[in-house]
Amino acid sequence: MNIMNSLYRLFQGRHGSLGSILLLAIILMVVMPMMFDIYRLNLAGRYLTYAFVALGLVLCWGYGGILSLGQGIFFGIGGYAMAMFLKIEASDPVSTSIQSTPGIPDFMDWNRLTELPWFWVPFNSLTLTIIAVLVLPAAFAYLIGFAMFKRRVSGVYFAIITQALAVVLTILIIGQQGYTGGINGITDLRTLHGWDIRDDSARYLLYYLNAILLIGCLLIGRWVLNCKYGRILSALRDKEDRVRFSGYDVANFKIFIFCLAAFISGIGGAMFTLQVGFMSPSFIGIVPSIEFVIFAAVGGRLSLVGGVYGALIVSFAKTMFAEAYPQLWQFLIGAVFIVVVLVLPYGLASVYGRYGRRLFTPVKDWFSKRKANSSGASAGLKEKRS
Amino acid sequence: MSGFSSQELLAIFAMQGFAGVSFFSVLLLMALGLAIIYGQMRVINMAHGEFMVIGAYATYLCSITFGALPGMMDYYLFIAIPIAFGSAFIVGYIVELALIRHLYHRPLDTLLATWGLALIMQQGFRSAFGAREVSVAVPGWLRGSYRPTMMIDIPLNGIAILVLTLLVTLGVWWFLYRSRWGLRVRCTTANRDMSGAVGINTKRVDRITFALGCGIAGIAGAAFTTISSTGPTSGSLYIVDTFLVVVFGGAGSLVGTIASAFSIAQAQSLMEFFLGSSMAKVLTLLTVIGILLIRPEGLIASKVRR
Repeated sequence: MNIMNSLYRLFQGRHGSLGSILLLAIILMVVMPMMFDIYRLNLAGRYLTYAFVALGLVLCWGYGGILSLGQGIFFGIGGYAMAMFLKIEASDPVSTSIQSTPGIPDFMDWNRLTELPWFWVPFNSLTLTIIAVLVLPAAFAYLIGFAMFKRRVSGVYFAIITQALAVVLTILIIGQQGYTGGINGITDLRTLHGWDIRDDSARYLLYYLNAILLIGCLLIGRWVLNCKYGRILSALRDKEDRVRFSGYDVANFKIFIFCLAAFISGIGGAMFTLQVGFMSPSFIGIVPSIEFVIFAAVGGRLSLVGGVYGALIVSFAKTMFAEAYPQLWQFLIGAVFIVVVLVLPYGLASVYGRYGRRLFTPVKDWFSKRKANSSGASAGLKEKRS
Repeated sequence: MSGFSSQELLAIFAMQGFAGVSFFSVLLLMALGLAIIYGQMRVINMAHGEFMVIGAYATYLCSITFGALPGMMDYYLFIAIPIAFGSAFIVGYIVELALIRHLYHRPLDTLLATWGLALIMQQGFRSAFGAREVSVAVPGWLRGSYRPTMMIDIPLNGIAILVLTLLVTLGVWWFLYRSRWGLRVRCTTANRDMSGAVGINTKRVDRITFALGCGIAGIAGAAFTTISSTGPTSGSLYIVDTFLVVVFGGAGSLVGTIASAFSIAQAQSLMEFFLGSSMAKVLTLLTVIGILLIRPEGLIASKVRR
């Protein structure tokens, strides 16, 4: 009974209705695979990896009030961890026999390295790689968060410092070409434990894995927001001093949500590498990091599923427009930034909240009427018996 | 470092130091405008780099039009600098009127909106001037260099930019601390409601302040053309550094901004010689972030109560 109760409580809550997540799951798992060919579906899978980051931003920016302009860092760490493993597998001694040192990645050979650097060694094993994907982004976020929030750095300063960190990481990766692959990134990734990740069946499988992980992260985020922690989080966003005076250690709450956002972004990065087959510094720096923010802003910074829709809509629009009118696209995305901030601070989700909900009210009314009828009928039955 | 004699090291320090001075000048001019805007109105202007590019393109247009006239080539800069200031000022005024006005008290949202503005402006430059970088013909009297000893060689245009920067800084100081307008600006920063109550038109003050900050970025653009070529995205390269300068110096403090611009530019330029430009940049940024964690209020904290 107790378990049933807690299970039931898991499905209750004010934030992120389960219906919306269910609808999203149906769209991702049934509608999109039916509508798109494998090329488009792979593209959609790639955009869904951005949705992980947008979801993280909804949690830490929308609910925690922490705007990070460096989410690309965590996306990048997750992506690079996965890419390093795949690259080591791709450069086995046989296929790299033309190099002067066979068995190391090609860009290392070009930069006259003769053995694998120490920080590449753990990525020989898949288990360690998966642990790295899950732990490294959050650990890094913990370092940043601990240093900043304990010193009560917040708001604008935090945004600018995280942006500077994203720049630092990009410059570092581009500068240390021998160790990181430089500006080209880590390319030519083909197999995962001998399993070709580039053929169609693998792409389908990865797409579904990606969608399931995304739904899982949505549920985690929903659970976090609906338990007591979520209440405190919104409270400290709105009136930080008051929460502090009530005796809470505000810094720890902020660190946690920042780490959670980083953890989710890292998973997105790893899935990106698997589906696209390369990773490069152009997904870490200022521009991608702000793009992630725009996904969350367009979808709605207070809506868990909003971030996913935002990532999908903006990215698809970008692909379609940027192919046809590359010049128009920059004007358009700039205008979207301004319009969203000026007119729709809570994104598309607020449009739905204002107008779309009416579309569903007849359905809901019908359901609740039926429920009322049936419960009324059973009540009547009970009366008769007694 | 062991490979250099002490005299060579001295010359390297002098020359790299002076290369840092040109960087310092542009950085300071950019940061002055941004510090005024951020310190006064708490608006994060991500499009600040694009206002600099407006100034740079204005200078470029001036050099084309006046370069065609005989005998004017040497003096066009004196016309170009006011024009650069004016054009950035006007655009800034319009932007405040149309966009920034609606976003006070939402600093994080100004950041996003001005980023959108920056994208639009970049594409505007690209449509108007093409994606290729343009460069300005430097007048003859700026081309030489000054050689105090055999090993030290200091380009004249660096000295000219430094003088310009000092003049602008003096001008900003005079404007903020010695003029009637500056009094109103500082008054509004200190207490907006009270300033309104004593009859200061705070909205007008905001508008002029924002436009002025953009205008100074325009002057930075004019200075920028003499040391580098201008492209549509030149401004975005400077924006992160400039923000760090403002935050590091302590927002709202003129002396702090100068000190932080100087230390960041010098540190980067000196390290560049020994470590290469990318590592120098990484180390500088990390050091600044580290110091900011120890002193979040910046080098010199403003004494304004908020």
